[in-house]
Amino acid sequence: MTTPAPEDRKDSMAESAGEQAAAAADAKRGPSVATREKRAGLMNPSGETPYLVVEDLTVKFPTADGVVSAVNGLSYSVPLGRTLSIVGESGSGKSVSSMAVMGLHDRKRTQITGSIRLGGDELIGLSENDLMKVRGDAVAMVFQDPQSSLHPLYTIGNQISEAYRVHHKVSKDVAKKRALEMLDLVGIPNPIRRFGQYPHEFSGGMRQRAMIAMGLVNDPKLIIADEPTTALDVTVQAQILDLLNNLQKEFGSAIVLITHDLGVVAEMADDVLVMYAGRCVEYGTAEDVLANPRMPYTWGLLESIPTVSAASEKLRPIKGLPPSLLNLPSGCSFNPRCPYKDRVKGERCTTDLPDLLPVDGAGAHTSRCHLHDKASIYETEVLPRLS
Amino acid sequence: MSDTVRPIDQPAAQGETLLQVRDLKMHFPIKEAHGLGRTKKTVQAVDGVSFDLKAGQSLGLVGESGCGKSTTGRMITRLLTPTSGEINFKGTNIAQLKEKDLRPFRRQLQIVFQDPYSSLNPRQTVSNIISTPLRVHNLVKKGQELTRVQELLERVGLNPEHHNRYPNEFSGGQRQRIGIARALAVEPEVIIADEPVSALDVSIQAQVMNLLEDLRRDLGIAFVFIAHDLGVVRHFCDEVAVMYLGKIVEQGPREQIYGAPQHPYTQALLSAAPDLGTIRGVPAKERIRLVGDVPSPIDPPSGCRFRTRCWKAEDICATQEPKLEGKPQSAPGHAAACHFAEPKVDLVAEIA
Repeated sequence: MTTPAPEDRKDSMAESAGEQAAAAADAKRGPSVATREKRAGLMNPSGETPYLVVEDLTVKFPTADGVVSAVNGLSYSVPLGRTLSIVGESGSGKSVSSMAVMGLHDRKRTQITGSIRLGGDELIGLSENDLMKVRGDAVAMVFQDPQSSLHPLYTIGNQISEAYRVHHKVSKDVAKKRALEMLDLVGIPNPIRRFGQYPHEFSGGMRQRAMIAMGLVNDPKLIIADEPTTALDVTVQAQILDLLNNLQKEFGSAIVLITHDLGVVAEMADDVLVMYAGRCVEYGTAEDVLANPRMPYTWGLLESIPTVSAASEKLRPIKGLPPSLLNLPSGCSFNPRCPYKDRVKGERCTTDLPDLLPVDGAGAHTSRCHLHDKASIYETEVLPRLS
Repeated sequence: MSDTVRPIDQPAAQGETLLQVRDLKMHFPIKEAHGLGRTKKTVQAVDGVSFDLKAGQSLGLVGESGCGKSTTGRMITRLLTPTSGEINFKGTNIAQLKEKDLRPFRRQLQIVFQDPYSSLNPRQTVSNIISTPLRVHNLVKKGQELTRVQELLERVGLNPEHHNRYPNEFSGGQRQRIGIARALAVEPEVIIADEPVSALDVSIQAQVMNLLEDLRRDLGIAFVFIAHDLGVVRHFCDEVAVMYLGKIVEQGPREQIYGAPQHPYTQALLSAAPDLGTIRGVPAKERIRLVGDVPSPIDPPSGCRFRTRCWKAEDICATQEPKLEGKPQSAPGHAAACHFAEPKVDLVAEIA
């Protein structure tokens, strides 16, 4: 990493200030909160100090039909240099939660509670002006559709150098030099000619590269990539994923990768968080979640994808549909679709919401399920069906 | 071309060739301002595609966007009139038939579209959507329509009581089922499925895939399955054709295409597909990364169209177009259009 020393110092100061504030808050709120804080600290599967901490995040949209609870009590953390993949189906709240991190929700129409801390600084409750200083500087976002997220009437170069000039007081020439550097870095051939071209003159893959160049122009410490390759072809997708991987190695930034494609997750992620109906249902390192999953929904996802490497006889889809966010089922949100519901004694699945608990009593791999013998069910029933 | 012309409503025997496509071309004319005058150019969306489809078989057309797979599907169902080439359905060439003569064939060749939102009329009830083809082809007596519609809804796994609802009351997966019911209504022998599951979530995708699988098994419908997702195609198709820039570059039985692909493009495509095997089992041994983008179909490269992105390209590739043919070492029915075709294994991660 090439960040100059003063900045590092500033960050560590900010972090310690944040810790102090948190400690003070703990003292005020009493011990029950303190244990929750501790648990959130434990939540990072790698054990490293996290850069982004999202804690107990809830996002609600009041609508004419009622309150849509898009995200319910989501907690996760990402240290620098690691990639967290958030996986889930449409409507599971994965995009909504990361837009909350960027502060992109309309304040008048959204109720956001919980805490989002970036290097120790709380983001929730910041004024629009203060948020502007964070957005695009410390945090960058790469969107799914590069066609609609670039301005069609400005040249690519103009858009990249503007992103730089918003956060740095430099002349246009310096900004242009920086933009050319970035275009070169993300592998766009002939940057000088490309600088003056408009988005429609770029192909889909090139546009996504330009978006990444724009996101990275201020050396962000956190990159949120929302389905960055969904609109691209496989061969181009492979190029973009390689690019993100290499850039992360070079700059050591934290990446939050939102995707529905478990194949992409397997190739990119260090940590994986599975979301269902606005809640985290399983969280752990990629190896934990993909090789030793401990939640019926994750099993269902793995069983329902046809893979390139194995021609399974029959896919085993998850029955039914995801629940409406206006009216979540009582108990575990997955219970109406869960084939293992009968194995839990009594009606706990339909009455009690399971907590997100460590799968083996302790450790960083957590899942939200009442089942007792998750490990043996996976080993004896699910795994044989997968291979 | 098969020798006999048979009545088309007589069902084909299992294994009989239903559809023969020969040298099919679709060139879309475009006008481009060039100085003061205008030059006429063509987008060569599909440029000489040939394949056979047997009764009950399922053929996968795979490729990246712009390779002409959807255009091929639309020509077979004659939503587009091909520039040249033959589409022989049970011995009759339907490539240039007039709309009036085409109608009996429309009943046999149905299509399921990609986007379940835009392919259903939002102002018609489900029952109306499904019964229109029944009425057009005079398949049921008046008064019997509703029974047949409900039967079809049940067949595709929807509640028959919902026949009076509008498409907006259904989820994406359910709408795709309505689209499938509409195609099934006329009891076709061939269904062209144009990316039928790519707009759906994984868990729903598997439900629709299983439905298509059941229909194929129970009703013996032949499928031309168009998709960009190699996993889905591997799951559903016996035979796979890989397309690149308007041409088939490799074709063969599923095991051959996935196990021992010969064309560099197929190899790159398989190698690029992200796969769970990397975590659960042995990662793929070799990785191929293509550079650059697909060239424009307005002015495709001379000779082999893949040569601009190919790591094996030599002089001969620019001058001589490789034929789609079986190589001495290839399995029966497996053909690749490459001067330097050689099988590569280990491109796909194995699940231990």
